[in-house]
Amino acid sequence: MPDGTQVPDGRRVVVVGASMAGLRAAEQLRAAGWTGAVTVVGDEPHMPYNRPPLSKEVLAGKAPFDSLAFTPKASTADVEWRLGTKAVAARLAERAVDLDDGTTLSYDGLVVATGMRPRRLRCPGPQAGRHTVRTLADAQGLRDELTRPGARVVVVGAGFIGCEVAATAVGLGVTEVTVVDPLPLPMVGPLGPLLAHALLRRHEERGVRFALGTGVAGFEGDDRVTGVVLDDGTVLPADIVVESVGSTANVEWLDGNGVDLADGVRTDEWLRVGGRPEVVAVGDVARFPNARYDGVPRRVEHWSIPTDTAKHAAKVLAAHLADGGGELALAPFAPLPTFWSDQHDFRLQSFGAPVLGRDDVRILDGDPDGDVLVGYHVGDRLVGVVALGGHAVASKAARYRAELLKQPALSVQGAVK
Amino acid sequence: MKVVVDMNKCQDHGQCVFAAPDVFSMDDDGHLLYVADADDALRDEVEEAADVCPLQAIRIED
Repeated sequence: MPDGTQVPDGRRVVVVGASMAGLRAAEQLRAAGWTGAVTVVGDEPHMPYNRPPLSKEVLAGKAPFDSLAFTPKASTADVEWRLGTKAVAARLAERAVDLDDGTTLSYDGLVVATGMRPRRLRCPGPQAGRHTVRTLADAQGLRDELTRPGARVVVVGAGFIGCEVAATAVGLGVTEVTVVDPLPLPMVGPLGPLLAHALLRRHEERGVRFALGTGVAGFEGDDRVTGVVLDDGTVLPADIVVESVGSTANVEWLDGNGVDLADGVRTDEWLRVGGRPEVVAVGDVARFPNARYDGVPRRVEHWSIPTDTAKHAAKVLAAHLADGGGELALAPFAPLPTFWSDQHDFRLQSFGAPVLGRDDVRILDGDPDGDVLVGYHVGDRLVGVVALGGHAVASKAARYRAELLKQPALSVQGAVK
Repeated sequence: MKVVVDMNKCQDHGQCVFAAPDVFSMDDDGHLLYVADADDALRDEVEEAADVCPLQAIRIED
Protein backbone atom coordinates (compact mmCIF):
# COMPACT_ATOMS: atom_id res chain seq x y z
CA MET A 1 0.00 0.00 0.00
CA PRO A 2 1.37 3.47 -0.81
CA ASP A 3 2.71 5.68 1.92
CA GLY A 4 0.27 8.51 2.57
CA THR A 5 2.85 11.14 3.40
CA GLN A 6 6.39 10.37 2.35
CA VAL A 7 8.79 12.35 4.52
CA PRO A 8 11.61 13.96 2.49
CA ASP A 9 14.50 12.74 4.64
CA GLY A 10 12.66 9.51 5.40
CA ARG A 11 12.97 9.71 9.17
CA ARG A 12 9.72 9.93 11.06
CA VAL A 13 8.18 9.18 14.42
CA VAL A 14 4.48 8.31 14.32
CA VAL A 15 2.48 8.96 17.49
CA VAL A 16 -0.81 7.08 17.55
CA GLY A 17 -3.22 8.90 19.86
CA ALA A 18 -3.79 12.68 19.93
CA SER A 19 -4.76 13.27 23.51
CA MET A 20 -2.55 14.60 26.29
CA ALA A 21 -0.08 11.70 26.11
CA GLY A 22 0.31 12.08 22.33
CA LEU A 23 0.89 15.82 22.62
CA ARG A 24 3.38 15.45 25.44
CA ALA A 25 5.21 12.74 23.50
CA ALA A 26 5.58 15.05 20.49
CA GLU A 27 6.80 17.90 22.71
CA GLN A 28 9.20 15.71 24.63
CA LEU A 29 10.66 14.18 21.46
CA ARG A 30 11.62 17.71 20.43
CA ALA A 31 12.97 18.43 23.91
CA ALA A 32 15.03 15.22 23.69
CA GLY A 33 16.62 16.36 20.44
CA TRP A 34 14.58 14.56 17.80
CA THR A 35 14.61 16.78 14.68
CA GLY A 36 12.96 14.37 12.23
CA ALA A 37 9.31 14.44 11.27
CA VAL A 38 6.56 13.76 13.80
CA THR A 39 3.07 12.70 12.73
CA VAL A 40 0.32 12.44 15.35
CA VAL A 41 -2.77 10.39 14.50
CA GLY A 42 -5.99 10.77 16.53
CA ASP A 43 -9.55 9.58 16.05
CA GLU A 44 -11.23 12.57 17.71
CA PRO A 45 -11.65 15.68 15.52
CA HIS A 46 -10.11 17.95 18.19
CA MET A 47 -6.59 19.01 19.01
CA PRO A 48 -5.51 17.56 22.39
CA TYR A 49 -7.57 18.83 25.30
CA ASN A 50 -7.66 18.45 29.05
CA ARG A 51 -10.14 15.80 30.18
CA PRO A 52 -10.60 16.25 33.97
CA PRO A 53 -13.00 19.22 33.54
CA LEU A 54 -15.36 17.02 31.47
CA SER A 55 -17.02 15.53 34.55
CA LYS A 56 -17.08 18.85 36.38
CA GLU A 57 -16.74 22.29 34.72
CA VAL A 58 -17.89 21.16 31.25
CA LEU A 59 -20.97 19.42 32.67
CA ALA A 60 -21.65 22.47 34.80
CA GLY A 61 -21.43 24.71 31.73
CA LYS A 62 -18.46 26.67 33.07
CA ALA A 63 -15.77 25.62 30.58
CA PRO A 64 -15.99 26.17 26.81
CA PHE A 65 -13.73 24.05 24.58
CA ASP A 66 -11.24 26.90 24.15
CA SER A 67 -10.46 26.69 27.85
CA LEU A 68 -9.76 22.92 27.65
CA ALA A 69 -7.43 22.82 24.63
CA PHE A 70 -3.77 22.43 25.50
CA THR A 71 -1.44 25.09 24.14
CA PRO A 72 1.19 23.06 22.24
CA LYS A 73 4.76 24.20 22.71
CA ALA A 74 6.38 26.20 19.90
CA SER A 75 8.79 23.29 19.30
CA THR A 76 5.89 21.27 17.87
CA ALA A 77 4.87 23.82 15.24
CA ASP A 78 5.98 21.46 12.43
CA VAL A 79 4.21 18.39 13.81
CA GLU A 80 1.69 16.91 11.38
CA TRP A 81 -1.71 16.26 12.98
CA ARG A 82 -3.93 13.64 11.31
CA LEU A 83 -7.11 14.20 13.32
CA GLY A 84 -10.39 12.39 12.81
CA THR A 85 -8.29 9.45 11.66
CA LYS A 86 -7.96 6.13 13.39
CA ALA A 87 -5.12 3.62 13.29
CA VAL A 88 -6.64 0.25 12.41
CA ALA A 89 -3.58 -1.99 12.29
CA ALA A 90 0.14 -2.01 12.94
CA ARG A 91 2.81 -4.16 11.36
CA LEU A 92 5.65 -3.68 13.79
CA ALA A 93 8.09 -5.91 11.90
CA GLU A 94 7.62 -3.70 8.81
CA ARG A 95 7.45 -0.48 10.87
CA ALA A 96 4.11 0.52 9.38
CA VAL A 97 0.73 1.68 10.69
CA ASP A 98 -2.46 1.41 8.62
CA LEU A 99 -5.08 4.15 9.00
CA ASP A 100 -8.83 4.02 8.46
CA ASP A 101 -8.57 6.44 5.53
CA GLY A 102 -6.70 3.77 3.59
CA THR A 103 -3.21 5.23 3.94
CA THR A 104 -0.22 3.61 5.56
CA LEU A 105 2.37 5.50 7.59
CA SER A 106 5.88 4.07 7.74
CA TYR A 107 7.97 5.04 10.73
CA ASP A 108 11.39 4.93 12.31
CA GLY A 109 9.90 5.30 15.77
CA LEU A 110 6.38 4.57 17.03
CA VAL A 111 4.68 5.98 20.13
CA VAL A 112 1.58 4.11 21.31
CA ALA A 113 -0.74 6.65 22.98
CA THR A 114 -4.23 5.34 22.18
CA GLY A 115 -5.55 5.50 25.74
CA MET A 116 -8.77 4.03 27.01
CA ARG A 117 -12.46 4.00 26.21
CA PRO A 118 -15.30 3.59 28.70
CA ARG A 119 -16.46 0.08 29.44
CA ARG A 120 -20.20 -0.29 28.79
CA LEU A 121 -22.78 -2.29 30.71
CA ARG A 122 -24.04 -5.28 28.81
CA CYS A 123 -27.63 -5.34 30.01
CA PRO A 124 -30.88 -5.64 28.10
CA GLY A 125 -32.87 -2.48 27.41
CA PRO A 126 -32.85 0.71 25.34
CA GLN A 127 -29.67 2.63 24.52
CA ALA A 128 -31.02 6.19 24.40
CA GLY A 129 -30.46 8.07 27.65
CA ARG A 130 -27.31 6.09 28.51
CA HIS A 131 -24.11 8.10 28.70
CA THR A 132 -20.40 7.83 29.39
CA VAL A 133 -17.94 10.63 30.13
CA ARG A 134 -14.66 10.30 28.27
CA THR A 135 -14.73 12.76 25.38
CA LEU A 136 -15.86 16.32 24.89
CA ALA A 137 -18.77 15.06 22.76
CA ASP A 138 -19.79 12.73 25.63
CA ALA A 139 -19.79 15.56 28.16
CA GLN A 140 -21.69 17.96 25.90
CA GLY A 141 -24.34 15.33 25.17
CA LEU A 142 -24.76 14.57 28.86
CA ARG A 143 -24.97 18.25 29.77
CA ASP A 144 -27.77 18.82 27.25
CA GLU A 145 -29.89 16.18 29.02
CA LEU A 146 -28.87 17.05 32.60
CA THR A 147 -30.13 20.58 32.22
CA ARG A 148 -33.69 19.50 31.34
CA PRO A 149 -36.02 20.35 34.23
CA GLY A 150 -36.93 17.42 36.44
CA ALA A 151 -34.31 15.04 35.07
CA ARG A 152 -33.74 11.97 37.24
CA VAL A 153 -30.19 10.62 37.15
CA VAL A 154 -28.76 7.21 37.97
CA VAL A 155 -24.99 6.91 37.97
CA VAL A 156 -23.75 3.35 37.68
CA GLY A 157 -20.31 3.01 39.27
CA ALA A 158 -19.23 4.77 42.49
CA GLY A 159 -15.64 5.43 41.46
CA PHE A 160 -14.07 8.85 41.05
CA ILE A 161 -15.76 9.75 37.76
CA GLY A 162 -19.18 8.53 38.89
CA CYS A 163 -18.95 10.45 42.16
CA GLU A 164 -17.73 13.61 40.38
CA VAL A 165 -20.64 13.41 37.92
CA ALA A 166 -23.13 12.86 40.77
CA ALA A 167 -21.74 15.86 42.63
CA THR A 168 -21.88 18.03 39.51
CA ALA A 169 -25.48 16.96 38.82
CA VAL A 170 -26.53 17.93 42.35
CA GLY A 171 -24.71 21.24 41.89
CA LEU A 172 -26.76 21.84 38.72
CA GLY A 173 -29.94 21.48 40.74
CA VAL A 174 -30.86 17.91 39.79
CA THR A 175 -32.88 16.68 42.77
CA GLU A 176 -32.84 12.93 42.12
CA VAL A 177 -29.31 11.59 41.75
CA THR A 178 -28.61 7.99 42.76
CA VAL A 179 -25.26 6.20 42.55
CA VAL A 180 -25.33 2.40 42.16
CA ASP A 181 -22.37 0.10 42.81
CA PRO A 182 -21.88 -3.57 43.69
CA LEU A 183 -19.31 -2.58 46.33
CA PRO A 184 -20.54 -1.45 49.77
CA LEU A 185 -18.90 2.01 49.69
CA PRO A 186 -17.94 4.62 47.09
CA MET A 187 -14.29 4.74 45.90
CA VAL A 188 -13.44 1.97 48.36
CA GLY A 189 -11.22 0.09 45.92
CA PRO A 190 -8.52 2.74 45.58
CA LEU A 191 -8.96 4.41 49.01
CA GLY A 192 -10.05 1.73 51.52
CA PRO A 193 -13.02 1.90 53.93
CA LEU A 194 -11.90 4.70 56.25
CA LEU A 195 -12.05 7.43 53.62
CA ALA A 196 -14.84 5.69 51.69
CA HIS A 197 -17.14 5.95 54.75
CA ALA A 198 -16.27 9.64 55.11
CA LEU A 199 -16.97 10.20 51.41
CA LEU A 200 -20.32 8.39 51.54
CA ARG A 201 -21.45 10.59 54.40
CA ARG A 202 -20.35 13.79 52.68
CA HIS A 203 -22.14 12.88 49.46
CA GLU A 204 -25.35 11.95 51.30
CA GLU A 205 -25.27 15.21 53.28
CA ARG A 206 -25.11 17.09 49.98
CA GLY A 207 -28.08 15.28 48.44
CA VAL A 208 -26.64 12.28 46.57
CA ARG A 209 -28.48 8.98 47.14
CA PHE A 210 -26.76 5.61 46.99
CA ALA A 211 -27.82 2.06 46.14
CA LEU A 212 -24.75 0.08 47.20
CA GLY A 213 -24.03 -3.63 47.26
CA THR A 214 -26.05 -4.20 44.11
CA GLY A 215 -25.40 -4.50 40.40
CA VAL A 216 -27.60 -3.51 37.49
CA ALA A 217 -29.72 -6.24 35.86
CA GLY A 218 -31.17 -4.17 33.02
CA PHE A 219 -32.84 -1.00 31.82
CA GLU A 220 -36.54 -0.24 31.48
CA GLY A 221 -38.09 1.77 28.66
CA ASP A 222 -39.01 1.44 25.00
CA ASP A 223 -37.31 4.14 22.92
CA ARG A 224 -35.19 5.39 25.77
CA VAL A 225 -34.36 4.62 29.37
CA THR A 226 -37.08 5.20 31.96
CA GLY A 227 -35.61 3.11 34.78
CA VAL A 228 -32.68 1.08 36.03
CA VAL A 229 -33.42 -2.45 37.27
CA LEU A 230 -31.23 -3.54 40.17
CA ASP A 231 -30.20 -7.13 40.89
CA ASP A 232 -33.08 -7.67 43.36
CA GLY A 233 -35.67 -6.40 40.87
CA THR A 234 -36.02 -2.93 42.39
CA VAL A 235 -36.48 -0.26 39.72
CA LEU A 236 -34.92 3.19 40.08
CA PRO A 237 -36.80 5.66 37.85
CA ALA A 238 -34.29 7.37 35.56
CA ASP A 239 -34.28 9.72 32.57
CA ILE A 240 -30.50 9.73 32.36
CA VAL A 241 -28.05 6.92 33.11
CA VAL A 242 -24.34 7.57 33.41
CA GLU A 243 -22.16 4.49 33.08
CA SER A 244 -18.86 4.97 34.91
CA VAL A 245 -17.84 1.35 35.27
CA GLY A 246 -14.20 1.46 34.29
CA SER A 247 -12.42 1.50 30.97
CA THR A 248 -10.96 -0.69 28.27
CA ALA A 249 -7.59 -0.14 26.59
CA ASN A 250 -7.57 0.81 22.90
CA VAL A 251 -5.10 -1.83 21.76
CA GLU A 252 -6.93 -3.81 19.08
CA TRP A 253 -4.97 -2.07 16.33
CA LEU A 254 -1.81 -3.72 17.72
CA ASP A 255 -3.20 -7.25 17.43
CA GLY A 256 -1.13 -9.81 15.57
CA ASN A 257 2.30 -8.48 16.51
CA GLY A 258 3.10 -10.82 19.37
CA VAL A 259 2.82 -7.97 21.90
CA ASP A 260 1.36 -8.60 25.37
CA LEU A 261 -1.95 -6.72 25.18
CA ALA A 262 -3.61 -8.11 28.30
CA ASP A 263 -4.96 -4.93 29.97
CA GLY A 264 -3.12 -2.29 27.98
CA VAL A 265 0.28 -2.50 26.32
CA ARG A 266 2.93 -4.23 28.40
CA THR A 267 6.18 -2.29 28.47
CA ASP A 268 9.59 -2.82 30.00
CA GLU A 269 10.99 -0.41 32.60
CA TRP A 270 12.01 1.98 29.83
CA LEU A 271 8.47 1.96 28.38
CA ARG A 272 9.56 -0.03 25.31
CA VAL A 273 7.08 -2.43 23.75
CA GLY A 274 7.54 -6.02 22.61
CA GLY A 275 11.34 -5.95 22.86
CA ARG A 276 11.45 -3.33 20.09
CA PRO A 277 13.60 -0.30 20.93
CA GLU A 278 11.79 1.79 18.30
CA VAL A 279 8.34 1.29 19.87
CA VAL A 280 7.30 2.92 23.18
CA ALA A 281 3.96 3.31 24.97
CA VAL A 282 2.78 6.35 26.96
CA GLY A 283 -0.27 7.46 28.93
CA ASP A 284 -2.91 5.27 30.51
CA VAL A 285 -2.64 2.55 27.87
CA ALA A 286 0.90 1.71 29.04
CA ARG A 287 1.20 -1.17 31.53
CA PHE A 288 4.61 -0.47 33.01
CA PRO A 289 6.62 -1.70 36.00
CA ASN A 290 7.29 1.14 38.46
CA ALA A 291 10.80 0.76 39.87
CA ARG A 292 9.66 2.80 42.90
CA TYR A 293 7.38 -0.01 44.02
CA ASP A 294 7.25 -3.76 43.45
CA GLY A 295 8.02 -3.96 39.75
CA VAL A 296 4.61 -5.45 38.91
CA PRO A 297 3.45 -3.93 35.59
CA ARG A 298 0.30 -1.85 36.04
CA ARG A 299 -1.63 0.69 34.05
CA VAL A 300 -2.10 3.94 35.96
CA GLU A 301 -5.04 6.16 34.99
CA HIS A 302 -3.87 9.33 36.73
CA TRP A 303 -3.61 12.70 35.04
CA SER A 304 0.11 12.92 35.87
CA ILE A 305 1.01 9.77 33.95
CA PRO A 306 0.79 11.04 30.34
CA THR A 307 3.39 13.71 31.08
CA ASP A 308 5.61 11.42 33.18
CA THR A 309 5.57 8.60 30.64
CA ALA A 310 6.06 10.94 27.67
CA LYS A 311 9.19 12.48 29.20
CA HIS A 312 10.75 9.12 29.88
CA ALA A 313 9.69 7.40 26.68
CA ALA A 314 10.74 10.31 24.46
CA LYS A 315 14.26 10.24 25.90
CA VAL A 316 14.46 6.49 25.35
CA LEU A 317 13.18 6.69 21.79
CA ALA A 318 15.23 9.75 20.82
CA ALA A 319 18.40 8.12 22.17
CA HIS A 320 17.72 4.95 20.19
CA LEU A 321 17.01 6.87 16.99
CA ALA A 322 20.14 8.99 17.47
CA ASP A 323 22.68 6.23 17.94
CA GLY A 324 20.81 3.11 16.90
CA GLY A 325 21.31 0.97 19.93
CA GLY A 326 23.99 2.37 22.22
CA GLU A 327 23.87 1.96 25.98
CA LEU A 328 20.88 3.65 27.57
CA ALA A 329 22.12 6.17 30.15
CA LEU A 330 18.76 6.51 31.83
CA ALA A 331 17.34 5.15 35.06
CA PRO A 332 14.31 2.84 34.93
CA PHE A 333 10.93 4.61 35.03
CA ALA A 334 9.90 5.32 38.64
CA PRO A 335 7.22 8.01 38.81
CA LEU A 336 5.56 9.09 42.05
CA PRO A 337 1.86 8.78 41.17
CA THR A 338 -0.41 11.66 42.12
CA PHE A 339 -4.10 12.30 41.58
CA TRP A 340 -6.90 14.52 42.73
CA SER A 341 -10.67 14.52 42.56
CA ASP A 342 -12.96 17.52 43.13
CA GLN A 343 -16.45 16.63 44.38
CA HIS A 344 -18.98 19.15 45.72
CA ASP A 345 -16.99 21.56 47.88
CA PHE A 346 -14.16 19.20 48.81
CA ARG A 347 -11.07 17.78 47.19
CA LEU A 348 -9.27 14.47 47.42
CA GLN A 349 -5.52 14.82 46.90
CA SER A 350 -3.29 11.74 46.71
CA PHE A 351 0.45 11.21 46.51
CA GLY A 352 2.14 7.84 46.15
CA ALA A 353 0.34 4.51 45.81
CA PRO A 354 -2.37 4.28 48.51
CA VAL A 355 -3.81 1.19 46.86
CA LEU A 356 -0.67 -0.77 47.89
CA GLY A 357 -1.23 0.14 51.55
CA ARG A 358 -4.99 -0.21 51.86
CA ASP A 359 -4.69 -2.79 54.64
CA ASP A 360 -2.87 -0.41 57.01
CA VAL A 361 -4.49 3.03 56.95
CA ARG A 362 -3.63 5.53 59.70
CA ILE A 363 -4.94 9.02 60.36
CA LEU A 364 -1.99 11.43 60.14
CA ASP A 365 -3.92 14.65 60.83
CA GLY A 366 -7.48 15.78 61.51
CA ASP A 367 -10.46 13.43 61.72
CA PRO A 368 -12.79 11.84 59.16
CA ASP A 369 -15.70 14.13 60.11
CA GLY A 370 -13.72 17.17 59.05
CA ASP A 371 -10.59 17.73 57.02
CA VAL A 372 -8.47 14.60 57.29
CA LEU A 373 -5.09 13.37 56.12
CA VAL A 374 -4.49 9.60 56.04
CA GLY A 375 -1.39 7.52 55.42
CA TYR A 376 -1.26 4.12 53.70
CA HIS A 377 1.42 1.70 54.85
CA VAL A 378 3.13 -1.54 53.90
CA GLY A 379 4.76 -2.74 57.09
CA ASP A 380 6.00 0.48 58.67
CA ARG A 381 6.70 2.09 55.37
CA LEU A 382 4.49 4.93 54.20
CA VAL A 383 3.50 4.24 50.55
CA GLY A 384 0.80 6.85 50.01
CA VAL A 385 -1.04 9.78 51.56
CA VAL A 386 -4.52 11.09 50.78
CA ALA A 387 -6.03 14.37 51.97
CA LEU A 388 -9.79 14.92 52.07
CA GLY A 389 -11.18 18.38 52.62
CA GLY A 390 -10.13 21.91 51.77
CA HIS A 391 -6.95 23.49 50.47
CA ALA A 392 -5.14 23.58 53.77
CA VAL A 393 -5.22 19.82 54.30
CA ALA A 394 -4.16 19.22 50.68
CA SER A 395 -1.10 21.35 51.43
CA LYS A 396 -0.35 19.14 54.40
CA ALA A 397 -0.43 16.09 52.13
CA ALA A 398 2.12 17.81 49.93
CA ARG A 399 4.56 17.90 52.83
CA TYR A 400 4.63 14.10 52.85
CA ARG A 401 5.50 14.00 49.18
CA ALA A 402 9.19 14.57 49.85
CA GLU A 403 9.19 11.65 52.29
CA LEU A 404 7.53 9.40 49.70
CA LEU A 405 10.12 10.44 47.11
CA LYS A 406 13.06 9.65 49.39
CA GLN A 407 12.14 6.07 50.11
CA PRO A 408 14.01 3.18 48.51
CA ALA A 409 12.23 0.74 46.22
CA LEU A 410 9.56 -1.35 47.90
CA SER A 411 10.65 -4.90 48.56
CA VAL A 412 8.90 -7.59 46.56
CA GLN A 413 7.74 -9.34 49.76
CA GLY A 414 5.78 -6.22 50.60
CA ALA A 415 4.08 -6.29 47.23
CA VAL A 416 0.34 -6.38 46.87
CA LYS A 417 -0.98 -8.22 43.87
CA MET B 1 11.10 35.75 31.83
CA LYS B 2 7.53 36.82 32.60
CA VAL B 3 5.40 34.19 34.33
CA VAL B 4 1.65 34.57 34.01
CA VAL B 5 -0.86 32.54 36.01
CA ASP B 6 -4.53 32.79 35.07
CA MET B 7 -5.91 33.17 38.59
CA ASN B 8 -9.44 32.59 37.27
CA LYS B 9 -8.31 29.08 36.36
CA CYS B 10 -5.93 28.33 39.26
CA GLN B 11 -7.44 25.99 41.85
CA ASP B 12 -4.42 25.82 44.18
CA HIS B 13 -3.36 22.27 43.33
CA GLY B 14 0.26 23.15 44.10
CA GLN B 15 1.86 20.89 41.49
CA CYS B 16 3.79 23.93 40.22
CA VAL B 17 5.41 24.29 43.64
CA PHE B 18 7.06 20.87 43.28
CA ALA B 19 8.24 21.63 39.76
CA ALA B 20 9.51 25.17 40.35
CA PRO B 21 9.84 25.93 44.07
CA ASP B 22 11.88 29.07 43.36
CA VAL B 23 8.94 30.61 41.51
CA PHE B 24 5.80 29.13 43.07
CA SER B 25 4.78 28.60 46.71
CA MET B 26 1.65 28.13 48.79
CA ASP B 27 0.64 30.30 51.75
CA ASP B 28 -0.57 28.82 55.04
CA ASP B 29 -4.14 28.63 53.72
CA GLY B 30 -3.01 26.61 50.71
CA HIS B 31 -3.31 29.42 48.17
CA LEU B 32 -0.82 30.09 45.38
CA LEU B 33 1.90 32.73 45.51
CA TYR B 34 4.33 33.23 42.62
CA VAL B 35 7.13 35.39 41.26
CA ALA B 36 5.90 37.09 38.09
CA ASP B 37 9.34 38.28 36.99
CA ALA B 38 11.46 35.12 37.24
CA ASP B 39 15.13 34.59 36.40
CA ASP B 40 15.61 33.19 32.91
CA ALA B 41 17.78 30.40 34.36
CA LEU B 42 14.57 28.93 35.80
CA ARG B 43 12.90 28.48 32.41
CA ASP B 44 13.05 24.66 32.40
CA GLU B 45 11.52 24.54 35.87
CA VAL B 46 8.71 26.88 34.94
CA GLU B 47 8.00 24.95 31.73
CA GLU B 48 7.73 21.83 33.86
CA ALA B 49 5.37 23.68 36.21
CA ALA B 50 3.21 24.71 33.24
CA ASP B 51 3.13 21.09 32.04
CA VAL B 52 1.99 19.68 35.38
CA CYS B 53 -0.61 22.34 36.21
CA PRO B 54 -3.94 20.45 36.26
CA LEU B 55 -5.79 23.57 35.12
CA GLN B 56 -3.13 24.52 32.51
CA ALA B 57 -3.20 28.00 34.03
CA ILE B 58 0.54 28.83 33.73
CA ARG B 59 2.08 30.63 30.77
CA ILE B 60 5.54 31.98 30.04
CA GLU B 61 5.64 35.31 28.22
CA ASP B 62 9.14 36.15 27.05
